[in-house]
Amino acid sequence: MSTQEEVEVTTGHRAASVQPIANPGQHHSAGITVMPLRPSVALPPQERRATREFTRADIMTLIGAMVSGMAVTMLLFGTLTPLEGQPGFFVVFFLAFLVIYTVLVSLTENRPAVVDRVMTVLLGCAGIIAMIALASVIIFTVAKGWSALWKPNFYTHDMSQAGPLDPLTVGGITHAIAGTLIMTLIALIITVPLGLACAVFLNETGGKAAGLVRTVVTAMTALPSILAGLFIFATWILILGFERSGLAASIAMSIMMLPIIIRSADVVLRLVPGNLREASSALGAPHWRTVWHVVLPTARSGLTTAVILGVARGIGETAPVLLTAGFTSTMNLNPLKNPMVSLPLAAFEFVRSPQPALIARGFATAAFLMFLVLVLFSLARMVGGRPAGRLSKRQAKRAAVHSRKDLARFEASHGEVIA
Amino acid sequence: MAGLNVETSTTTTIDRSDDTSPAPTPREIVTRSGTSDRIFHGGAALSGMAVLAIMGAVGLFLTIQAMQALRATGFSFLTTTEWQPDRGQFGIASVLLGTVLIAFVAVLIALPISMGTALFITEISPPWLRSYLVALVDLMAAVPSVVYGLWGLFFLQGNIVGLSRWMNAYMGWLPFFSVTGAEPHSPLSSTSVYTASTFIAGVVVAMMVMPIQCVVMREVFSQVPPGEREGAYALGSTRWGMIRVVALPFGRGGIIGGTMLGLGRALGETIAVVLIISPRFDINWHVLEAGGNSVSALIALRYNEASGFGLSALMAAGLALFALTIVVNFTASWFVARSRSGASSEA
Repeated sequence: MSTQEEVEVTTGHRAASVQPIANPGQHHSAGITVMPLRPSVALPPQERRATREFTRADIMTLIGAMVSGMAVTMLLFGTLTPLEGQPGFFVVFFLAFLVIYTVLVSLTENRPAVVDRVMTVLLGCAGIIAMIALASVIIFTVAKGWSALWKPNFYTHDMSQAGPLDPLTVGGITHAIAGTLIMTLIALIITVPLGLACAVFLNETGGKAAGLVRTVVTAMTALPSILAGLFIFATWILILGFERSGLAASIAMSIMMLPIIIRSADVVLRLVPGNLREASSALGAPHWRTVWHVVLPTARSGLTTAVILGVARGIGETAPVLLTAGFTSTMNLNPLKNPMVSLPLAAFEFVRSPQPALIARGFATAAFLMFLVLVLFSLARMVGGRPAGRLSKRQAKRAAVHSRKDLARFEASHGEVIA
Repeated sequence: MAGLNVETSTTTTIDRSDDTSPAPTPREIVTRSGTSDRIFHGGAALSGMAVLAIMGAVGLFLTIQAMQALRATGFSFLTTTEWQPDRGQFGIASVLLGTVLIAFVAVLIALPISMGTALFITEISPPWLRSYLVALVDLMAAVPSVVYGLWGLFFLQGNIVGLSRWMNAYMGWLPFFSVTGAEPHSPLSSTSVYTASTFIAGVVVAMMVMPIQCVVMREVFSQVPPGEREGAYALGSTRWGMIRVVALPFGRGGIIGGTMLGLGRALGETIAVVLIISPRFDINWHVLEAGGNSVSALIALRYNEASGFGLSALMAAGLALFALTIVVNFTASWFVARSRSGASSEA
């Protein structure tokens, strides 16, 4: 009985359900829970260990390596060797920093840890370089265009009144904004129904033919954008004899956007869970109702993302428009007649001139275009970014309201059976 | 319990030993679709065929048009460096080499940065930073190419000629980095021999390609099974050890696929190259030297003045480029689809 008392003492209230091991050979057949005997001596209270990755020594090592790397580089460039040049300075500084950091870490750590630290620093540097590059692109573009971006006439005038030497207070890019909007709209009217229908064909109804279409579409995503322009230039303009117009540019843009939209829509539709389709079919819905009421709504956010990504590519592309739209500095709202200009093409043509005012306009146009594309992309992220079938809060609320309405409808027609 | 027994015995009384009915044949399964479904299927097939027709027409038309020029030159189309279609002297040797060189420089610069950034985002960056970095890289992939072109022409060119000159001065003994007519060690020499070079165009295209590659790679690295990741840590691996033995092998398909995808974009890039490069038509391996060329830049610069035959020649050049990008893209999707991370990471 002494063992039982001990168990009761060490395990507290749980001991009530635990029986002591009277006979070690029997405890399997008895089917009882066995609690280990804990030492009755209390362990000293342990301090909570810090689990963070970088200790103060690590950070100091990093800073120290940077400082001494800088010192070594300055010494090399100023006095000891004939090295020169700003870019070389950075290269040598980076190398010196790496070597010194490796040596410093290897004073205290073993080989795997040294490799780990050095690689971590290298990967971090890659990330920093990428971010600096992005920042420099955005900041430089906005800074160069700043003077034009803050003139209200930049958004309300076209360039018909402004000569190349005119200051920034005259002329603007309304014609390019209108051109971009019109071309994109026409391209959307062509690509969205066709692209989505083709994606449905690939996933829902295609059968064997879908494989061929999918292969061709995949191949066409590799089409260099300028070839789409060249194709329209050779057929639409040279052979069929139409003039350069917004419509021609829209068709070229459509040819470029169509494979992109189809491919991403195809991927999204493939992610729609099969049991949703089967449930719909089991309820007796014809195929088109299954697609229209189940598959497409489920994939709605992904499909929107696909379209927006295609549009963002199309809007930013210069090459097809360069060949097919012509160039104009006046407002033209008719896509069928006369040249039309888009934002990237306007930016491209502006900076070809040596006039500082025109170059500033070119950068402002590029910044505006970038802003437009960023808005589109954040829209895409807001709408999409969720896997198919997962609803946002508002969608879930709407679905709940809908289903409550359905319940009321069922009850009205079938009495209280369902409730 | 007794009731249950009775029930089971009754269900098992179906006895087939004295069954005289003929052996059951599988029923024919016929799907009879209604009119609405037939219209739907027809419409979907029609749109699929329409897309096939459009895409086929583009490819076919380019091929037919290009044949005229190809027939005129024959095999020398691949070996001629000049571009004078009206005199019958043209070929893609120099432009295709220029295209490949620009794309090669771009991928060579972009690959380590994009891979490092992707690994930094998925493995090293703290969670609060991660979503911002992901958004930034996506944003970078969305910047239109003309913006990169402007940046390259007005910002990069002025700043990078110093690096070109430095590389020429200290690595000029490498054949790629030598520049004819340059005096890199003389402080008074002009830097104009380094401007508008293949290298600068390559750096600008690298800026464009890098986020595309990074997006694909990050996607793949983020799918590394947590069990394997934690297994490596549990065996005492350092973070780099885990990356080396778990993340990199797992993401190999994505790394190769993303790289090739970027390469495909780099080969087809037009406007940034047109803005930077000054066209020349000779075989030029010296990437730091002024002047270079690419197929798409050639088309963009020459389409307007081209005669019918000249246009056919341009299409032949375009077709060669298209063939190259198709091969690259299909290889990319093959690698991505074959990798363990699967087809879901296809971009």
